[in-house]
Amino acid sequence: MKSNTLEAAGQRTISVGRLFSRLWENSGMIVVYVVLFVLLSIFVPYFFTWRNMIALALSISMLGMVACTMLFCLASGHFDLSVSSIVALSGVVAGVVINGTGSVILGIFAGILAGGVFGLLNGVIIAKAHINALITTLAMMHIARGFAYIVSGGQAMSIGNTKFFGLGNGIFLGVPSPIWITIACFAVFAVLINYTTYGRNTLAIGGNIEAARLAGINVDRIKIIIFSAQGLMAGFAGVILASRMTSGQPMSAQGFELNVISSCVLGGVSLTGGIAPIHGAIVGVLIMGTVQDAMSLLNIPTFYQYVVRGVILLIAVMIDQIKQHRSGKPT
Amino acid sequence: MTSFIEFRDISKQFPGVQALNEVSFGVQEGSVHGLVGENGAGKSTLLKILSGAHPPSSGSVLLNGQEVAFSSPRDALDAGIAVIYQELNLVPDMSVAENLLLGHMPQQRGFINRDKLLRTARDMLDYLTESIDPNVKIRRLPIAQRQMIEIGKALLHNAKVIAFDEPTSSLSGMETEQLFKIIEGLRADGCAIIYVSHRLNEIFEVCDALTVFRDGRLIETFDRMGSVTHDMVVSRMVGRSIQDIYGYRPRNTGEIVLDVQAVTGPGVSEPASFSVRKGEILGFFGLVGAGRSELMRILYGVQKASAGRVLLNGKQVVIDSPEKALNVGIALCPEDRKLEGIIPVRDVKENINITVRKQFVRAGFFLNKARERANAADFIAKLQIKTPSMEQLAGNLSGGNQQKIILARNLSIKTTVIILDEPTRGIDVGTKSEIYRLIYSLGEMGMAVVVVSSELPEIIGISDRIIVMSKGRIVAEVPRDQANEEDILHHALAGHGNGESDKGEAK
Repeated sequence: MKSNTLEAAGQRTISVGRLFSRLWENSGMIVVYVVLFVLLSIFVPYFFTWRNMIALALSISMLGMVACTMLFCLASGHFDLSVSSIVALSGVVAGVVINGTGSVILGIFAGILAGGVFGLLNGVIIAKAHINALITTLAMMHIARGFAYIVSGGQAMSIGNTKFFGLGNGIFLGVPSPIWITIACFAVFAVLINYTTYGRNTLAIGGNIEAARLAGINVDRIKIIIFSAQGLMAGFAGVILASRMTSGQPMSAQGFELNVISSCVLGGVSLTGGIAPIHGAIVGVLIMGTVQDAMSLLNIPTFYQYVVRGVILLIAVMIDQIKQHRSGKPT
Repeated sequence: MTSFIEFRDISKQFPGVQALNEVSFGVQEGSVHGLVGENGAGKSTLLKILSGAHPPSSGSVLLNGQEVAFSSPRDALDAGIAVIYQELNLVPDMSVAENLLLGHMPQQRGFINRDKLLRTARDMLDYLTESIDPNVKIRRLPIAQRQMIEIGKALLHNAKVIAFDEPTSSLSGMETEQLFKIIEGLRADGCAIIYVSHRLNEIFEVCDALTVFRDGRLIETFDRMGSVTHDMVVSRMVGRSIQDIYGYRPRNTGEIVLDVQAVTGPGVSEPASFSVRKGEILGFFGLVGAGRSELMRILYGVQKASAGRVLLNGKQVVIDSPEKALNVGIALCPEDRKLEGIIPVRDVKENINITVRKQFVRAGFFLNKARERANAADFIAKLQIKTPSMEQLAGNLSGGNQQKIILARNLSIKTTVIILDEPTRGIDVGTKSEIYRLIYSLGEMGMAVVVVSSELPEIIGISDRIIVMSKGRIVAEVPRDQANEEDILHHALAGHGNGESDKGEAK
């Protein structure tokens, strides 16, 4: 989105060089990802195999789902740090309800709803009490994690009903269900951000909140929707995680919130709001997952993997900075 | 005589835009050099190059005969060049003293020497003849005083070259006079001053030399102002001659549309009552802080009214949010375009459609992109918005074009009352008259138009009737045929006789 002047120039004279530079300016990280993918396929044994591709996709499914709603959060100029704890809490809640009532459907709904309640609380506090989103969701991160331990009694709780496992472990057309769910989420949220008033108003709020308010946008309501959706999505992701692990684990998903935010930023989503391409979130999640997967295949020790992840994030934002600087802005 | 600062063949290209084309001129020590030109003529770009914010694509800047190349505003400042921009670079939650000495606070064994900090700040405020407490936070000062602080900052850097970008756009008449005194002092001290303004009266009052820009080119430099006339300057700016920039068109007015009865609220201390008729253009004049914008913000639902009622077409309406105001048919183009109007990171098309798009949606939810494009294209053509495409980011356009975008946004929807708060602030003469013509046509279309402005000639030039505010209350109402600058200013100054002691109060 930063390169509209270039884009306009590109439309006048279409040459190969212009076309490439336009692609680079608009979707630089996609180019980076394609190159990365090809290199890894050539040099890392077992990387480009069906089995590994499925494993890779499965490993990023939860990240991808929550990145969809985090994209809206970031687009509006906010953060949500509470998603990791909500994932854990909703998994636990689903487990308790399934074990207590014997109903899988009820358990799934209870888990998602628990996430939604916390999201709604986040939204109401941020919009109506005007508390900074960082602080609000930081507090909610602790509160939700606490409830996850309280509800589960501090233990991982096994879920007895095997029908529940189908949600996270089912296979359709040779591909595990979480991958289908993630693809569906990306499709839905791509439509939401690009083709609905909700998406466009979210970007307007992130771009200039006062202007958005004066233009007649109900800013408070949209903020509440954004955080509620984030809570519901984290709840859904938590329920799927519980299904895959066949248990609700109160200590799961630690640090997950920063992975989600990093992925989005990696793909070119602005931390200050207003700029949030969906393809950015997708490619960010893919890069995160792919690098992780390749490092595991190469047997790189876990400790080093942290370092590599951090370095990649830094390089990505630096590339973005350089690109922005070069495209310049006339006044 | 050689120039103290000289621009030699400066060109600057941005992707798709030639912002400056081989511009050469010089400014001498102890002189004030005016820069005029329409929006997008290249003045701001030149200042950005001078300040080191942008490097030139080609050409060079010479300071005292030496070629200089700054890689950052900090470099330029260290070399004694300060540029004071329209949008001020102050830290709102720090004190006046801290802002004045930001980055250069006096230290003692690693700690800030507060006594010296306050002393230096006080000396500077005295020099600027501002009676501000150096401990007060910037946030609590009105824009006019913030500007003075910005000037003080430059002076504390011992700047020898000072460039002002539209310095008076938010100053009242008195404050402008004060600024001119300071500029005269700087000139006497041998500074080279560059003065960018759209207000030709000021240019003629303060400048010793003048350069006119148009479309990124230098059209003419007048080394001496003696024989230069307004008309000469305007004709070079727009490439044609303008007889009367207001071009007032009388209209028939209808019944009362908006009837405001005894409204009070934040910034409006005494009950304000007024009404506007269909097709009428009602001007609101007052000094900065008189409560005009505050009253408009109450009517638009940004602030809550504490008392009073508002009748629209004879029916009482309760407006507690801008959304509600727009729904009943009251629109507002806000005073501060940058802060409250434009969404800089989104494109022109989106900025125009932001309010209207919920009327275009399909299935209550999905954008109708075709209609949005058509609406944007329609207004870009109708209002002559200058943009390479409707996908251009709004933040990349000039002030006048941004103002047109906000107008387009409000004209896209059906409104009965439109409030324009400082519609021509920081906008060049040519675009100004375009906006005036637009305002008349709004009246002709049957809207009730309220225009708020601190430019007295403008208010007198375009309004059918003028309401004057002072210190939070309505003090006078003057019909067009009785309006003259002296009387109106007299009303506006009423209650301001007791010195400047209360100037620092929060807006």
